[in-house]
Amino acid sequence: MQKNASVQHTQFEELLQKVHAVGKETIANHASDVDEKARFPQESIEALKSLNLMSAYVPVEYGGMGLDIEQVGKICHILGHYCGSTAMIFAMHKIQVACVVHHCLTVEYFKNFAKRLVSEQLLIASATTEIGIGGDLLSSFCCVEAHDNEFDLTKKAPVISYGEYADALLITARRSADAAKSDQVGVLLNKDQYSLEPISDWDTLGFRGTCSSGFVVTGKADIEQIMPIPFTDALSQTMHPYSHVVWASLWSGIAASAVGKARSYVKNAVRKNPTAPPISSIRLGEVDTALTTMKNNVAASTKEYADLLNANNPDAFSNFSFATRINNLKISSSQLLIDIVGKSMMICGIASYRNQSELSLARHIRDAYGASLMVNNDRIMMHNSTLVLMHKE
Amino acid sequence: MSTDKIREILTSHGRLTESVDNLKDDSDLYQAGLTSLATVGLMLALEDEFDIEFPDSVLSRKTFGSINSIADTIEDLTD
Repeated sequence: MQKNASVQHTQFEELLQKVHAVGKETIANHASDVDEKARFPQESIEALKSLNLMSAYVPVEYGGMGLDIEQVGKICHILGHYCGSTAMIFAMHKIQVACVVHHCLTVEYFKNFAKRLVSEQLLIASATTEIGIGGDLLSSFCCVEAHDNEFDLTKKAPVISYGEYADALLITARRSADAAKSDQVGVLLNKDQYSLEPISDWDTLGFRGTCSSGFVVTGKADIEQIMPIPFTDALSQTMHPYSHVVWASLWSGIAASAVGKARSYVKNAVRKNPTAPPISSIRLGEVDTALTTMKNNVAASTKEYADLLNANNPDAFSNFSFATRINNLKISSSQLLIDIVGKSMMICGIASYRNQSELSLARHIRDAYGASLMVNNDRIMMHNSTLVLMHKE
Repeated sequence: MSTDKIREILTSHGRLTESVDNLKDDSDLYQAGLTSLATVGLMLALEDEFDIEFPDSVLSRKTFGSINSIADTIEDLTD
């Protein structure tokens, strides 16, 4: 399993400033339109590509920035300030990149793919869920049908975020026609190797710009494009912890953005009447406490995952307590997001309830409710409810 | 160590989709239908039978992934 060494601190701080600049100048300006029309944030993703961020997690030896998970999390947090959908697309892309970087760079095809990620700033989507499976990532109906050096694959995916806009697609399937449901592999197909037939649209409450419609994917590719490890290993070592870390990071960015608006409201109120602090100042203190809790949770789990990656012991990831803690990060962060945005709305009042207002938190609160539903918290809690019985302090 | 006792406990607590008799010592138990909930029952029964306590460090999918790995872990704990 490969991992990235961190880039120089100052160099990284400069990069974060550039991400903020792109966030203010481009991403924030399109966020409302992206949300209103439920359209792909083309301008924002192009802006991220202009900073070579699509290959931020690709190791330096392949031409990427070689950022580590903590650094990628910080970028997700910043993007969350400006547009939840753009941040979510970036985060999901990074999960697929991490699968390639951690597990696939022993194979020539994937080495070349990593270089193309850098030179072409490719965007990777994923098709991990399947109609009829009920959200269990560790089971597939569809299978890789190999013949000679090629394989065919057809998958009915209820959700493929930004599927129509991606340059490559990571798909899970059974290893062969006679393999068990849980005997899965991941395959990475290029855009010219698959076709997408739409089966559902994406007109949702929030995260509207992720364009997460459903499709039937039909593809044909070289057997070298099959990931060289069982998918269950990629899931426990990378996809599961990495996704909850980057998601929670971007959610904390959305939360911080809401608190930022609440703070500006209270500051204005204090300016108008400096002698008597408004009631909302207490609320601001309260919401700041919740935000600090959320950020600390994210930081602690990100560091734990980073330490495990650095220790380079693949078995450690399948430890039940680690899986439980990562699940807890997802559950608590998604709950705190709703709480924090809701409290910020109480502070800003009706201005935050308006769609067209400097202090509008309408998009924030709609996005916030998506966090607990994408990989449903109840499903995760059900899983944890068995894992915690085994836990030993 | 003999795996007979482990096979007996797997039969009563594993709730597998395949018969334990058809499994080899290195067969993947998760592919044979072992769920996370059944893993809890399996762990508790193994702890009772062998009078051991699995420490947190060995509580992973890998430990309960095959009859062999269960046997190896128990052997380490009873040494």
